[in-house]
Amino acid sequence: MSDMAHGAHPALAHHFDSLEEQKEAATLGMWVFLVTEVLFFGGLFATYAIYRSWYPDAFAASSHELDVTLGTINTAVLITSSLTMALAVHAAQLGQRTKIMVFLVLTMALGGVFLGIKSVEYYHKFTEHLIPGPGFQFEKEHIRHAQIFFSLYFLMTGLHALHMIIGFGIMLVMLWWVWRGTITAEYSSPIEISGLYWHFVDIVWIFLFPLLYLIGRHAH
Amino acid sequence: MSEHIVPTRVYYAIFGILMLCTYLTVQIAFFDLGPLNVIAALAIAVFKATLVVLFFMHVKYSTKLTWAVVLGSVFWLGILLALTMSDYLTRAWRTYG
Repeated sequence: MSDMAHGAHPALAHHFDSLEEQKEAATLGMWVFLVTEVLFFGGLFATYAIYRSWYPDAFAASSHELDVTLGTINTAVLITSSLTMALAVHAAQLGQRTKIMVFLVLTMALGGVFLGIKSVEYYHKFTEHLIPGPGFQFEKEHIRHAQIFFSLYFLMTGLHALHMIIGFGIMLVMLWWVWRGTITAEYSSPIEISGLYWHFVDIVWIFLFPLLYLIGRHAH
Repeated sequence: MSEHIVPTRVYYAIFGILMLCTYLTVQIAFFDLGPLNVIAALAIAVFKATLVVLFFMHVKYSTKLTWAVVLGSVFWLGILLALTMSDYLTRAWRTYG
């Protein structure tokens, strides 16, 4: 309360000298977290690289089973959601309350479309017996190694989807904060930090899409 | 960090380039370019990711410390991939003596 008496912004934590310094610390903290995320997904990409270098033919044949049209639509949907997120951050920096909420809701809606399409794809894989395990059906030649591809496919896209669901939760909290007036032009960093997370999830998909859907597209 | 507000036209331009690159990478994938297919796909993905990081994530306008952390993540990812692959890709070279 003594901070308030000195006219400090209510969002300024007492261990920071200014909102600017606080924002710098928050941005840096988020980036450090994102580094751990880069290496978390990096391990999976390394696994993918090893198995693909060992079984290129099985990976090409398996990749061909994925729906490139749905994959492309989903890529476009996710990039568009990154745009609406960037516009939400822009509105937050200007303190435009209604605009922030509109763009946050749009971002969530596009995220919902992405997850919806992903569920349709998962459903197709179930009906086509492409779930690794005893029920897996594939050309005899590749039946074992194709299961490695599909294990990685479900693991990587599944973890990506989980990140999006967590992103949903973050956006809901942000919507609440905008609604109750916590977010102002001076204190927009929570929206900016959330934006960093959402864009990171977009970047993961930017790599997943060509590696899973496009390799071996020309081969069959 | 004095707040840098990126004009929205920059966001729309980046969005346009990202969409164009997505279209390109899908088109290229249907041609058989041998090992160039993977290289082209990854080059386009790296280019797209760089645009997202620089503009959507505002790193272009960030402090040197943020730059260091971002480049650090790329560097450590490079170590992870390079050392792992240098092992796996050279295992067949083993000689038994």
